[in-house]
Amino acid sequence: MTIRHHLPARLIRAYAAGSLPKSFATVVAAHISLCDECRAQLAAEEFAAGAVLDSLPPLYEPGDERLREALLARLDGAPHLPDEAPPAPMGIFPGPVVQALGGRPPRWRRLGGGIRQEILARDARGSVRLLHIPPGTAVPEHSHSGLELTLVLAGSFGDATGHYGAGDVEVADEGLAHAPVAGPGAPCICLAATDAPLRFRPLIPRLLQPLMRI
Amino acid sequence: MPSGDEPHAGLDEQTRWLLAVRDRRDRQAFARLFDFYGPRLRAMLARLGCTGAAVDDVIQDALLRVWQKAGQFDPAQASASAWIFRIARNRYIDIVRRDTRPMPDALAVEPPPEPDPGEVLALQAEGARLRAALAELPKEQRRMVEMAYLGELSHREIAEETGLPLGTVKSRIRLALERLRYHLKEHKPP
Ligand SMILES: [Zn+2]
Repeated sequence: MTIRHHLPARLIRAYAAGSLPKSFATVVAAHISLCDECRAQLAAEEFAAGAVLDSLPPLYEPGDERLREALLARLDGAPHLPDEAPPAPMGIFPGPVVQALGGRPPRWRRLGGGIRQEILARDARGSVRLLHIPPGTAVPEHSHSGLELTLVLAGSFGDATGHYGAGDVEVADEGLAHAPVAGPGAPCICLAATDAPLRFRPLIPRLLQPLMRI
Repeated sequence: MPSGDEPHAGLDEQTRWLLAVRDRRDRQAFARLFDFYGPRLRAMLARLGCTGAAVDDVIQDALLRVWQKAGQFDPAQASASAWIFRIARNRYIDIVRRDTRPMPDALAVEPPPEPDPGEVLALQAEGARLRAALAELPKEQRRMVEMAYLGELSHREIAEETGLPLGTVKSRIRLALERLRYHLKEHKPP
């Protein structure tokens, strides 16, 4: 897999800090599962976060002594724990996507125009979905009031900003109006996260909006 | 360079304590880790607006996991503080936000049991230089860097790229990245 479009440092940093909404964190974790370069970048951002932690002025409390004794008493008999990792990848879906799917294959729902989707999670801070776009099909032009992150899992798509193949991430910043078109040959399957409702341009896609529930 | 019988020479205290916990289940070294990181984790949680009983829960739970997971610590892959930071941040999200954090797939390859001491020392030296660079920042800039790494940025601030580490701090992080990237490449199956 040759990845040409990576995560920007600011998103990896925010993921390291734990300040990304879960929708974006899912896309970041999925891309890092596929990309050694961004995995190294994450290690570097965590390295920096550790240095910041070391440099913080400590906040002592009178109860510290008691807290320490309570903790030491819990050490014996505390079992070894494995590293935190998501479930194993399934085909084109990396572990964080398998986790969001609950370990089963996607349950696609038709959106119109041959496009199918499954919404994996949705809350006040954003949504994350899988999209299945037939070869050569255009997604209706839309713009954002926030950020949209799209990770290609299979096939490809292109828009005015470039061409995106498997493993690539597109970061669509606020205001970017784009109309992605799936590449020829194979369907484009991607993981997309948004933090705010999309705004569709033409009239007909507005009818799609309630269907897409975004 | 370290001599053969002094494998931990040149390492910072926190890393030596964590290695003593990993290799010898050393309770005294663990108590030192608690004394160092407990009050710093409290300072981190205070910045996140976390107060009350939850603070002690996160500190205790995070450091208990440090004891339980110490076998996985590899000083060529992470500094002690980065490793402890990651555990504490996940415990905070779990306990306070009552959520789970999506995590990337684990690397297919196990870290070698005895990492190259040269790589460990190189990463340690980067850590010392990064802490020195942080200490030299003007107060306002340092505050911005802390916000970026301790999870205080709002979504809008992340999108707009405020809190970007500047100057020497940024170049130190880039050098650490080169070390970590090299380590990752070296230990990947062909
Ligand atoms: Zn990448």
